[in-house]
Amino acid sequence: MELTRRETLAVGGAALLVAGLPMPAMASAVDDQINAFTGGADVAEGGIDLIAPEIAENGNTVPIEVSADGAASILVLAAGNPTPGVGTFNFGPMAGESRAKTRIRLAGTQDVVAVAKMADGSFARTSKNVKVTIGGCGG
Amino acid sequence: MASGVRPRVKVPKSASAGDVITIKCLISHPMESGQRKDSDGNVIPQSIINNFTCSFNGETVVNIEMKAAISTNPYFEFDAMVPEAGEFEFVWDDDDGSTYTDTKAISIG
Repeated sequence: MELTRRETLAVGGAALLVAGLPMPAMASAVDDQINAFTGGADVAEGGIDLIAPEIAENGNTVPIEVSADGAASILVLAAGNPTPGVGTFNFGPMAGESRAKTRIRLAGTQDVVAVAKMADGSFARTSKNVKVTIGGCGG
Repeated sequence: MASGVRPRVKVPKSASAGDVITIKCLISHPMESGQRKDSDGNVIPQSIINNFTCSFNGETVVNIEMKAAISTNPYFEFDAMVPEAGEFEFVWDDDDGSTYTDTKAISIG
């Protein structure tokens, strides 16, 4: 089958459109989770540290560390996963520092987002892009 | 209950009063994400540990709500204050209703 120039452009355009569609849907899922966590309050950039590798060879176990001075709880989201939720760390009265390390799954190259709820009720967020060589969602 | 679940926790045996110590804990668990399919193409249902709590003499150190994006054999590292001798208690809650627990005593000295 031979494609004319016009048909090729039409097919290519349609493919681009389809590829572009899921992104806004996922972004809103992340925003929804952040809103549920903050109750719609303003979220400032910075004041929270997220340590993650720039390149993760295996998306099944990506080591991350979150820390924020004086945080009561920290929410971690993986923006590009089928379900963005990763976990929430709630620090109790016996916590030495508001810091935790764990290992997470990432389906592909994406942003990892961390939002901290400070003891005074304010919120801080940060995000880090992690390149994933082999995705960690099976399938 | 997922088979072969075994918690492993690392806590120093002793510390000075008021010290901040680092606790590392690992538990063997498949953490089935609910995204994978078996050889017939059927989705394997999600089966994860959804909550982890560490407490010291009854007071919470950290409580972690876990989603499917936590890796197989969940590992956590965090800091705890030790104002007195006592016992750390670790509790993991599975989706299927079972709980796994471990305790570690710490002395002052």
